[in-house]
Amino acid sequence: MKAPPFTLHRPATVDEAAGLLAALADEGALVLAGGQSLVPMMALRLAYPPDLIDINGIAGLDRIELSGDHLAIGALARHHDFRRSVVPGPFGALLARISHEIAHYPIRTRGTFCGSLAHADPASEWCLTAATLGAEMVLRSQAGERAVPVADWFEGAMATVREPEELLVEVRLSRPAEGSAWGFYEFNRRAGDFAIGAALAGYRLEGGAMRDVHVGIGAIEEVPRRLGEVEAALEGQPPGPEAFRTAARIAAGAVEPLEDFATPADYRRDLAVTAIERALAEAALAQPGQRGMAA
Amino acid sequence: MSGQTFQLHVNGTSYAVTAPDRKTLGDALREDCGLTGTHLGCEQGVCGTCTVIVDGRPVRSCLMFARQAEGAQIRTVEGLAQGERLHPLQQAFIDAHALQCGFCTPGFLMLIVGALEQDPDMTEDELAEVLSSNLCRCTGYAAIAKAALAAYPRPATPAE
Ligand SMILES: Cc1cc2nc3c(=O)[nH]c(=O)nc-3n(C[C@H](O)[C@H](O)[C@H](O)COP(=O)(O)OP(=O)(O)OC[C@H]3O[C@@H](n4cnc5c(N)ncnc54)[C@H](O)[C@@H]3O)c2cc1C
Ligand code: FES
Ligand code: FES
Repeated sequence: MKAPPFTLHRPATVDEAAGLLAALADEGALVLAGGQSLVPMMALRLAYPPDLIDINGIAGLDRIELSGDHLAIGALARHHDFRRSVVPGPFGALLARISHEIAHYPIRTRGTFCGSLAHADPASEWCLTAATLGAEMVLRSQAGERAVPVADWFEGAMATVREPEELLVEVRLSRPAEGSAWGFYEFNRRAGDFAIGAALAGYRLEGGAMRDVHVGIGAIEEVPRRLGEVEAALEGQPPGPEAFRTAARIAAGAVEPLEDFATPADYRRDLAVTAIERALAEAALAQPGQRGMAA
Repeated sequence: MSGQTFQLHVNGTSYAVTAPDRKTLGDALREDCGLTGTHLGCEQGVCGTCTVIVDGRPVRSCLMFARQAEGAQIRTVEGLAQGERLHPLQQAFIDAHALQCGFCTPGFLMLIVGALEQDPDMTEDELAEVLSSNLCRCTGYAAIAKAALAAYPRPATPAE
């Protein structure tokens, strides 16, 4: 189907966009970034925004820059821009690896990192990445700027604490610990489909024991998150298939899985365990000295 | 047709288009520029038959509004051949029998040309992943992969 009628606004600056949002957000105006989620929703008549504020003409929003302890990702950085390492070393390699799991090539050329965080699909790879590595969302409106930590960002499936008149101008993605290594696993039925379950895991080795353990799950629950119980079971242990399996099994009792007609909750519960185990196994292969995504 | 009037630059030619904001680039190419080589299937980003190249990158023309492409360089399947001489990928599609009904063909051609011009160092595995972007209900994809590799030979994947 075709999208319902709307008025397209094409601001040239962030201030102009904030002004348009201040004037029109109450009536339902939406930001148009890559359009790879919003336009299908309009075509399916799931969204009827009377106004679209197209940010694609705003110069400077496409920046991806390492800055202190984080990577600053502007609102027009596309999924595609991460396909080759954006920063040297394991961090860039991890983001490149994950970007290839998102949709398909011609969707990645348009879709944006920040749009994924704004859209907050439970299966979004970038939302899982932000939740697991840590991130801050920088919001701009006429009232000023505020930064929201990822722990406070998601309110539910496709819902965030962003106010309608706020533009997400940048995501600050935390840089993983020096020496840490990472693994990612996602399951879907066809290449490029949304994940049914995914996990991102990382740790660094200190005297043969795992430290700074991060284990996050996506597409399993309404909101991606780290699993503290699983991380605690791994912290200080030597890595290995047994330790990974034992810890991953804790996830089965810790998650409240989404359910749909094709995927019962128990299926996702099992998948969470498998995804975590496989992400950890990939992280083990990537430890320094091994080939892969190690610092 | 009501709406704003703007220019679209397609295959080196400028077209004055008057269209409402909600008109997609795909529809404008077909209805306002008369370039019916670009096909529309699902109109929700899934099938890829609408793929065109905008400023060097392959995109779904059903997920972009026509006015958003104002000022951009757009390439469609009509711009591939040079006069009577087919683009090497078009010739490879014929040689490898990479089309049957042909509905998906313009999208695959623009997808492959766009992705390989953008990432000429792509490996064979990455090319296979790119081909999974679009749907073909006739060929089973093997012939399309064969044609793509014939037109854009990939170096053998280095041994691990
Ligand atoms: C066939 C298909 C398969 C896909 N598969 C996947 C997949 O496997 N994984 C995945 O993660 N995604 C997938 N996507 C979605 C894609 O990644 C989108 O690009 C992404 O979800 C949203 O980014 P966007 O820039 O396209 O946002 P848009 O579609 O432009 O916007 C989405 C929403 O976010 C809001 N928004 C966007 N940017 C901002 C901003 N800067 N400030 C405030 N609000 C904003 C919009 O108002 C809208 O409500 C798929 C899409 C398609 C069509
Ligand atoms: S018509 Fe655009 S992807 Fe199907
Ligand atoms: S040739 Fe018929 S859909 Fe591809």
